[in-house]
Amino acid sequence: MSTLIHESAHRLAEMMAVGDITCEEVTRAHLERITEAEDQIHAFLYVDADRAMDTSRRVDAKRRSGEPMGPLAGVPIGVKDVFTYAGAPTTCASKILEGWHPPYTATVVQRMIDADMVIVGKTNMDEFAMGSSTENSAYGPTHNPWALDRIPGGSGGGSAAALAGFEVPLSVGSDTGGSIRQPAAVTGTVGVKPTYGSSSRYGLVAMASSLDQPGPCARNVLDAALLHQVMSGHDPKDSTSIDASGPDVVTAARSRDVTGMKIGVVKEFGGEGYAPGVERSFREAVAGLASAGAEIVEVSCPHFPAALGAYYLIMPSEVSSNLARFDAMRYGLRVGDDGTTSAEQVMRLSRGAGFGAEVKRRIILGTYALSSGYYDAYYGSAQKVRTLVIQDFSNAFCQVDVLVSPTTPTTAFKLGERIDDPMAMYKADLCTIPSNLAGNVSASFPAGLSAEDGLPVGFQVMAPPMRDDLVYRVGSGLEALLEDRWGGPLWTLMKEEGR
Amino acid sequence: METPVTLTHAEVSKLARLARIELTDEELTAMAGQLDVILDAVAVVSQVARADVPPTSHALQLANVFRADEVRPSLPPDAVLAMAPACEDDRFRVPRILQEEQ
Repeated sequence: MSTLIHESAHRLAEMMAVGDITCEEVTRAHLERITEAEDQIHAFLYVDADRAMDTSRRVDAKRRSGEPMGPLAGVPIGVKDVFTYAGAPTTCASKILEGWHPPYTATVVQRMIDADMVIVGKTNMDEFAMGSSTENSAYGPTHNPWALDRIPGGSGGGSAAALAGFEVPLSVGSDTGGSIRQPAAVTGTVGVKPTYGSSSRYGLVAMASSLDQPGPCARNVLDAALLHQVMSGHDPKDSTSIDASGPDVVTAARSRDVTGMKIGVVKEFGGEGYAPGVERSFREAVAGLASAGAEIVEVSCPHFPAALGAYYLIMPSEVSSNLARFDAMRYGLRVGDDGTTSAEQVMRLSRGAGFGAEVKRRIILGTYALSSGYYDAYYGSAQKVRTLVIQDFSNAFCQVDVLVSPTTPTTAFKLGERIDDPMAMYKADLCTIPSNLAGNVSASFPAGLSAEDGLPVGFQVMAPPMRDDLVYRVGSGLEALLEDRWGGPLWTLMKEEGR
Repeated sequence: METPVTLTHAEVSKLARLARIELTDEELTAMAGQLDVILDAVAVVSQVARADVPPTSHALQLANVFRADEVRPSLPPDAVLAMAPACEDDRFRVPRILQEEQ
């Protein structure tokens, strides 16, 4: 097997820049790996092999002509199937969009194309990004490359598993309550939810618009920062896009130095419900940061435990509104249109047949939370908790530069273990949700393998809005000290059959 | 919301109708039980949210975004209709929306 698939994105880009290898070779190596690994992993819903090879030859020709190339030119990438990309199907892992070919391309995808990156396919996910395991995909779950009987996280389990399985060196995800960070945690990869508004939502099929944010997924901190830089920036097509330039995340990712930083450990995220192996790896990482020169303090965020409840009212409310667009009239599945049925009946039959159980559950929960008589108690109260969570962050960031916690309370659980217990599934997002409610940047970095089960543990870093550089600085410092301990990237500890 | 919420089969059926989702009896029964558990867990918000706390609907302080009113090319009709379940004369063809007697 080609060792090209084990290289980092930035190393591949350097090798192509100096002419050691061609983009065609890099792309072919990854497509071959996908062919070999997909039977076991199922990270992709669609592999765009022909177009990827065409792109790779065009990138090689452009380089030969001497044109200036970007820092990720020629690097293969997987795109979560929630982003539109004209010329390929976009399904959001739903039967209601089976075979739908979008007439336009998402801004973040267009920026990858403009940066001469090679899009190799669309990655698996929970239907409409609702879930923490990819088991809600209408096309079957993704398997975690560290242990194939385990979940790869969700909703972006395909994007994370494609990295851990060496099918691509980079991928892109979307994060509404943890859908980039929790998959990163359980697959030993890096996932960043940027500051809300710093990467465009145009062409991202909406789940909960006030919470959704596209972000980078990678196997190391610098690769994530380079993709972050390619993806982000103001977009006039997204009215919530911030019209200001973001911080220099690439320099921060190269710093590998946390000297003098004040790091706050969130007091509320630990104890009951947290796996001892997760807490141990987390504490060891914190101790490492202290020995590397950071100052560690404990910070209380008293309203964070209530964030989960607020999220599971605000998100379904927005879902019930956003998913009303799937009405079987202009695109998507239409069922029962026999000439006698009414439009309303056709809508009901089509949505009943096209949506999976979790999507139906959230639409109906949102419909209930917004109905008259319950609005104040549910949606109204949830909005107040959102205010209190934002205040907790503001108070904390007066005392410290960043907050840290485990990314998710456990390591990867077994496929099927929580599928019939929605509340148990929702608790996987306990620690990631506050940053979606508040809109600040948050990321998950590998913290090592749990002493209990040998599976990856995620380390979450949260920083103030528009200070995305701070999470990369901590991530790079952590990576430097842990890779010394591991003798290389975390995946070098993966058993050989995973590679 | 001191006592746990219990949604009846009929209530879930009504919500499904409002949301335009056809559910089987089996789905209705399973969902009623699951919604009770979820609503019980999220009810914590009403205990935390004091009357004097202002609500937040969005993390950003949003203001209307305006752009110049300029004519720009839009998608051609073929591209717009390409994925329609049914179309006719450059339009989406939809099932009837009025009852016979109307």
